Amino acid sequence: MSGAVSFPEILASALIVLGGCFALVGSWGLVRLPSLMERLHGPTKATTLGLGAMLVASVLWFQLGKGQWTTHELLVSVFLFVTAPISANMIAKVHLLRLRLGETSEPAGPAGMPDAPPGRAEWATYEAPHEGTPGDFVGD
Amino acid sequence: MLEWALAFGFGALGLALAMNLWRLIKGPGVADRILALDTMVINVIGLIVLAGIAGGSGTSFEAALLLAMVGFVGTVAYAKFLLRGDIIE
Repeated sequence: MSGAVSFPEILASALIVLGGCFALVGSWGLVRLPSLMERLHGPTKATTLGLGAMLVASVLWFQLGKGQWTTHELLVSVFLFVTAPISANMIAKVHLLRLRLGETSEPAGPAGMPDAPPGRAEWATYEAPHEGTPGDFVGD
Repeated sequence: MLEWALAFGFGALGLALAMNLWRLIKGPGVADRILALDTMVINVIGLIVLAGIAGGSGTSFEAALLLAMVGFVGTVAYAKFLLRGDIIE
C-alpha cells in the first residue's frame, strides 16, 4: 500500500465504517432493549441510518473514485427511508393487538397499556371496513 | 484503506445478523420475530452494497433494490395477516 491515499477513498472508508457502527448499534439495541416498543427504535432508526451512510459511500466511491455515475443506490436509500416507518407502524399495531387479545407474554413497555378509546370505538387494529366500501360484511 | 473499511463493514454486518438471528430464535412474541426478519433483510441489503463496492461493479444494486421491495412487502404481509386474518381482503 502506497503512502498516498486519495480523498474519495478516505471519504468512502469513513462512511462505510460509520454505517457499520450504526448497523451494529441498531442490532445491539434489538437484542438489549427490554420491550418491543423500545426494540422498534433500534432497527428503524439506527440501522436505516447506517445503511444510508453505506449507500452514500457507494455513490461517492463510484462517482469520485471511478468516474461512473450511478443512482441506483439513491433509489434504494429513498425506498428504505420511506418504508421503514410504515413497517414499524405495522409491527407496533400487531404488538398492540396481541396485547389487547392477551395472547402475548411479553411486557407492554414503559408506558404500559394505552387507554381504551371512549365509547364503542376501538383501536385502529380492530377497525372493520366502513359500510359501503369493498370488504364490509353488512350483507353477509 | 478501503479494504480495511470494507472488512470492518462486513464484520459489523455479520455480527449484526447474528444478533438478529438470536432475537428471531428467542422471540418472545411474534412481533419480535417479524421485526428481527425485517432487520435481517436491511442488514443483508447492506452486505450486498458492500459486496458491490468490493467487486467494483454496479450491477449488484438491482439485487439490493429488489431485496428492499420484497422485504417490505413480506413484513407488511406478515403484519396484515396477524392483524386481519387475511392479506388481501
